Amino acid sequence: MTQKKSIKTPLTDEAVMSLKVGDDILITGEIYTARDAAHKRMVELLDKGEKLPFDVKGQIIYFAGPTPTKPGQVIGSVGPTTSTRMNAYSPRLIEVGLKGMIGKGEMGPEVVAKIREKKAVYFAATGGAGALIAKAIIKNELIAYEELGAEAIRKLTVKDFPAIVALDCHGGNLYKEGMAKYEKK
Amino acid sequence: MRQISTDAIIEAVKKISIDASFDLGHDVVEAMENARRVEESPVGRGILDQVLDNARIARTEMAPMCQDTGFAVLFVQLGQEVQIVGGDLYDALNEGVRRGYKDGYLRKSIVADPLSRKNTGDNTPAVIHTDIVPGDKLKITIAPKGGGSENMSEVKMLKPSDGIQGVKDFVIDRVRRSGGNPCPPIIVGVGIGGTFEKCAYLAKKSLLREVGNRNPDKFYADLELELLEKINKLGIGPQGLGGTTTALDVHVEVFPCHIASLPVAVNTQCHAARHKEVIL
Repeated sequence: MTQKKSIKTPLTDEAVMSLKVGDDILITGEIYTARDAAHKRMVELLDKGEKLPFDVKGQIIYFAGPTPTKPGQVIGSVGPTTSTRMNAYSPRLIEVGLKGMIGKGEMGPEVVAKIREKKAVYFAATGGAGALIAKAIIKNELIAYEELGAEAIRKLTVKDFPAIVALDCHGGNLYKEGMAKYEKK
Repeated sequence: MRQISTDAIIEAVKKISIDASFDLGHDVVEAMENARRVEESPVGRGILDQVLDNARIARTEMAPMCQDTGFAVLFVQLGQEVQIVGGDLYDALNEGVRRGYKDGYLRKSIVADPLSRKNTGDNTPAVIHTDIVPGDKLKITIAPKGGGSENMSEVKMLKPSDGIQGVKDFVIDRVRRSGGNPCPPIIVGVGIGGTFEKCAYLAKKSLLREVGNRNPDKFYADLELELLEKINKLGIGPQGLGGTTTALDVHVEVFPCHIASLPVAVNTQCHAARHKEVIL
């Protein structure tokens, strides 16, 4: 097993720069859920020069939309969604201070470039492990766009949320490096 | 005629909707355990451990294994000696889905219109495929389908001259281009032949087959194994982070086709390969 490394939110430049692709990470602190619909609205707010529903500086956005919470539980199942759908929006949020994103699957060259330029990081969480990941969430607060249902923005307080550094600020790309390493001709 | 009431259908569909969300088939679990033993990448092994843990938690706590509880795809085999009483069959099937997704706390992922995109709020309508078959039974299978893996599916109308090499190239290329997006390890459903829509249906239907079971025709069974081996040499690995487990299985289904055509479809299934059936 690889050694697990713990990090706390909000993320500083130093913390981001210490992360390298393949690092097995446990995230503790607050993270925010948002999918395509919420991202679209946030970028529209930025276009109009208006304030975002939360201050993204130093924060991590988790691309996820949970199942409804059962009575007595903190949250339903909540694994990551496919990140490529956020390619159009994430660079704008990184521009105004977002430091991290959690999702599944590779992100586009525009995001990769912005991650390097602004010292940000992209983590892969395990897609389809929504019941397991829910165990790392200790508080779940709806903060914006309730009408979007599963796509609303939620502030999640997490303890030891499991993720892997997939795109780092040094140009590392685990999707490309991992595939090249295990490809057999 | 044997009578089956719509009330019984509603209850049955409700139950399989919920059961499918948390109870992953033993065939899939066993395939992932086998993959865990041979996966070469430590990151990949860690992910397979998480996915196996997740399946156990989901089953024990009756919690959805994935937050994307899918589009409710129903395969209905209606015996021709069955009479449905109490209402409309399709209304009953949709009502069962509606109640299952509500009472099971499953996510509502369906928008009423593909462009204006307002959520229907109850995960209906289901996609329903119906076959009329001999007998006096009604068999309903639900295969909830997540958006991430469905988006990595494709139909291509090859030329007959492209032959088997064309089919192999298309399937492998489709998987390579999908990378980590469809939540590997995946199951690759392949439909060959028929018409444009028939091959897509065959690819989808092949995903109902148990992992590890081969096409009864040896030629296609060998093709399945060859494709599986080639896919696992791509290096994509669990979640696309590199490794030797990209697919758990490849299922090929075929149908006669037109002298001018060679349709091929790939329907990509994530490792949350859910399906449940009930016979009334």
